[in-house]
Amino acid sequence: MSFLQVQDLAKRYTGSTVFDAVNFAIEKGEFVCIIGHSGCGKTTILNVLAGLDAASSGTVIMDNREVAGPSLDRGVVFQGHALMPWLSVMNNIAFAVKSRWPDWNRIQVQIHCQKFIDLVGLTGSEHKKPAQLSGGMKQRVGIARAFAIQPKMLLLDEPFGALDALTRGTIQDELVHICAATRQTVFMITHDVDESILLADRILLMSNGPNACIAEVVENTLPRPRDRQRIHHDPQYYRVRNHLVDFLVNRSKLYQTGEAARPAQPPVVRPGVEVANEPLAKIINLRH
Amino acid sequence: MKLESLKAGALSLVFLAVFLGIWHLATLPKAESQGAVDEYARLMGKGAKKSDGFPTLEQMREAFVTHISDPFYDRGSNDKGIGIQLGHSLGRVALGYLLACLVAVPLGFLIGMSPLLNQALNPFIQVLKPISPLAWMPLALYTIKDSGASGIFVIFICSVWPLLINTAFGVASVRRDWLNVAKTLEVNPLRKAFAVILPAAAPTILTGARISIGIAWLVIVAAEMLVGGTGIGYFVWNEWNNLNLTNVIFAILVIGVVGMLLDFLIAKLQQAVTYVE
Repeated sequence: MSFLQVQDLAKRYTGSTVFDAVNFAIEKGEFVCIIGHSGCGKTTILNVLAGLDAASSGTVIMDNREVAGPSLDRGVVFQGHALMPWLSVMNNIAFAVKSRWPDWNRIQVQIHCQKFIDLVGLTGSEHKKPAQLSGGMKQRVGIARAFAIQPKMLLLDEPFGALDALTRGTIQDELVHICAATRQTVFMITHDVDESILLADRILLMSNGPNACIAEVVENTLPRPRDRQRIHHDPQYYRVRNHLVDFLVNRSKLYQTGEAARPAQPPVVRPGVEVANEPLAKIINLRH
Repeated sequence: MKLESLKAGALSLVFLAVFLGIWHLATLPKAESQGAVDEYARLMGKGAKKSDGFPTLEQMREAFVTHISDPFYDRGSNDKGIGIQLGHSLGRVALGYLLACLVAVPLGFLIGMSPLLNQALNPFIQVLKPISPLAWMPLALYTIKDSGASGIFVIFICSVWPLLINTAFGVASVRRDWLNVAKTLEVNPLRKAFAVILPAAAPTILTGARISIGIAWLVIVAAEMLVGGTGIGYFVWNEWNNLNLTNVIFAILVIGVVGMLLDFLIAKLQQAVTYVE
């Protein structure tokens, strides 16, 4: 059984269904991104995983236990960083660390916090207040706070959405390194196709809402370690990218109207190495 | 920036000088009148140097010197130093205000956290809030049967509303994100209240506290005029009965300065808890 199991998840409001029949699983140490247009319920799914929101039906099982309510086992990085403005960088992280390990003394907490401040490259800014930090630095503190409690799973709600391209790139690199070092299980919402190709092992594609579903699971076959500067030279890169963009632009709306069948279990595709379920090697051979 | 404040300071001094100048000119002793009237005046026992009763700057200066050089004398119930009178007033305000904080902040927390309670209590608050605190005085005197305690009650009842309303509002509008952070970290309710909600709502609560202290200081003067005995309000009333306008004006100034200091104190406190988002 997978580490995280999402079964038949649905969210309905009176008269409308945001999404239903959402089924997926995440293995331990896996990095999974979810992509879809606004309003398809990505954030709701993440909030259900976090325990902050309740689904209308369906179950979420993590580590053989049903998810019911928030838990220190799942760290969340919020879209709007959600730092407490009256606390310094150190104390924002310490707030989380003290929640995780209430018995630790001040020194233990401080040493632990410092480790994660250094990890996200904020050494020297420990005593600054969030208002004194740039957007990128704030989001780093949010990431450090989530990593610092060493959760079994990390949930990232479009963490880099509000950042400029340059800052986003740097933090993505850092996230790649941290995840490689910690083998953290991650579930991340993103709107950025390139970001998902850089970071994810698998990418869940959601159709448009309302009545959204997970239409397809893309296995990201690009080899690791991936380097942001050179990843687009990989021959697989544009095949995966084109597949994702094509889905978002052309196919994501077809599931609402019934032009495309809503799958009970989303099909797994590997556009990097296969085209339309044919191994790529075969197609290349045919051309010769 | 520094030049600006220097200019402003100089201008303030000019305004003060103009004001004092007008005062001085307005209270100059009247020129000696003609003989007959003068004689009549003497017959009536009125001194020639008497002006029309409004104190001159010189008299004010003398009053300042006497009051400030010996603020804590006590010569019977109707003759106490200004320091003692202020002490009584400040003591009442402090006690009533403290009681108001002890009631309003926890209750405001509850109201702010529970929309149900908020809706249920709102009509009561809306009706009770606009009542002049002095209107409570007869009821207080009847039930408490102690004029001192009634004064404190009046301060309590007038300070409680702004504190209550602002606390409830501050608590209700704590950012959802911060509460979600606390939730995902499994923070217990008590720690959530003290480490997340309280600091988040503190600037709003202290805005209420600042409004309250202002009202309390306004009300204590009136309350003490009614209740009598001690306090700066009673002092004003007593000096009015003595027809000693010099002391009344002195007391008015003291009330103003102390009110300003109280406001300044809470403003400093507010500054300390204010955060930039």
